[in-house]
Amino acid sequence: MSRIRPKVGVLVFPGSNDDRDAAWALTALGAEPAVVWHADEELPALDAVVLPGGFSYGDYLRAGAIARFAPAMRAVARFAADGGLVLGICNGFQILCEAGLLPGVLRPNASLSFVCRDVRLRVEQADTPFTHRCELGQSLGIPVKHGDGCWFAPPELLAELEDAGQIVLRYAAGENPNGSVSDVAAVVNEERNVLGLMPHPEHAVDPLLGSGDGALLLASLVDSARERTLAAA
Amino acid sequence: MKATVLVRPKTGILDPQGQAVGSSLRQLGFAVEEARVGRVIDLELAAGTPDEARAEVEQMCERLLANPLIESFEIDLEGRA
Repeated sequence: MSRIRPKVGVLVFPGSNDDRDAAWALTALGAEPAVVWHADEELPALDAVVLPGGFSYGDYLRAGAIARFAPAMRAVARFAADGGLVLGICNGFQILCEAGLLPGVLRPNASLSFVCRDVRLRVEQADTPFTHRCELGQSLGIPVKHGDGCWFAPPELLAELEDAGQIVLRYAAGENPNGSVSDVAAVVNEERNVLGLMPHPEHAVDPLLGSGDGALLLASLVDSARERTLAAA
Repeated sequence: MKATVLVRPKTGILDPQGQAVGSSLRQLGFAVEEARVGRVIDLELAAGTPDEARAEVEQMCERLLANPLIESFEIDLEGRA
């Protein structure tokens, strides 16, 4: 049964630049990627959706603020509301926050500098569709590359998210590359079917390229998408 | 009708850009205690009453121009504050 290749949509906006890496990684991990153009009003039949990294619409106004109004994002919002799995990586995370599908907002890095380096992450929640292949507390090495990765939520919202177990990944102590509150690197929604993260798992799926830890996250998504396909069949 | 929207980082929100500007001004010898950096958006609107225009620009701010979690906005309608 594990040979079923779940179909995972990869959205492409003007300015996306990690769409092909995401599609390559998903293929390597057993999924069948399907490119979805930002102007498409409807999604094809999909088991999951990935919003890839990049600089949609040049990050004008605020990162993700314009992409959230793309026709395909309305379709993604409906997909998510029906329980569909949605993963936002970097710019995808920014878009999901601006669209209100995830809590908080991504602001310019506290250093005001673009950061591009490997960081250590700690798995804070291993019972999500995006992290079930990880151990709670596991340390992952995955690269970041962003100028607007400083996730922010007001204290009362942050406390709610902590209590509800919605903070899924944190930067390891002393490794926060952007000044995000409480070292947050990944957040999941209340229903646990939409997750956003700043690090790039699609750039860490082969030890030859420095780390295979990103494969744990993406393979978790592929497993979850496959389970949903089988459950629906 | 012309409208100007001022978008500012909310009070209490860390503003690294403002901090960098403030510290540069102090290095130049200016007595600056704090600087905050926001954004100005000038709009040319299809004609309507000032009330209609203001209501419309408020919608623009809420939906796109400002993110209420971190930013506040102020609308100036052809000089009417």
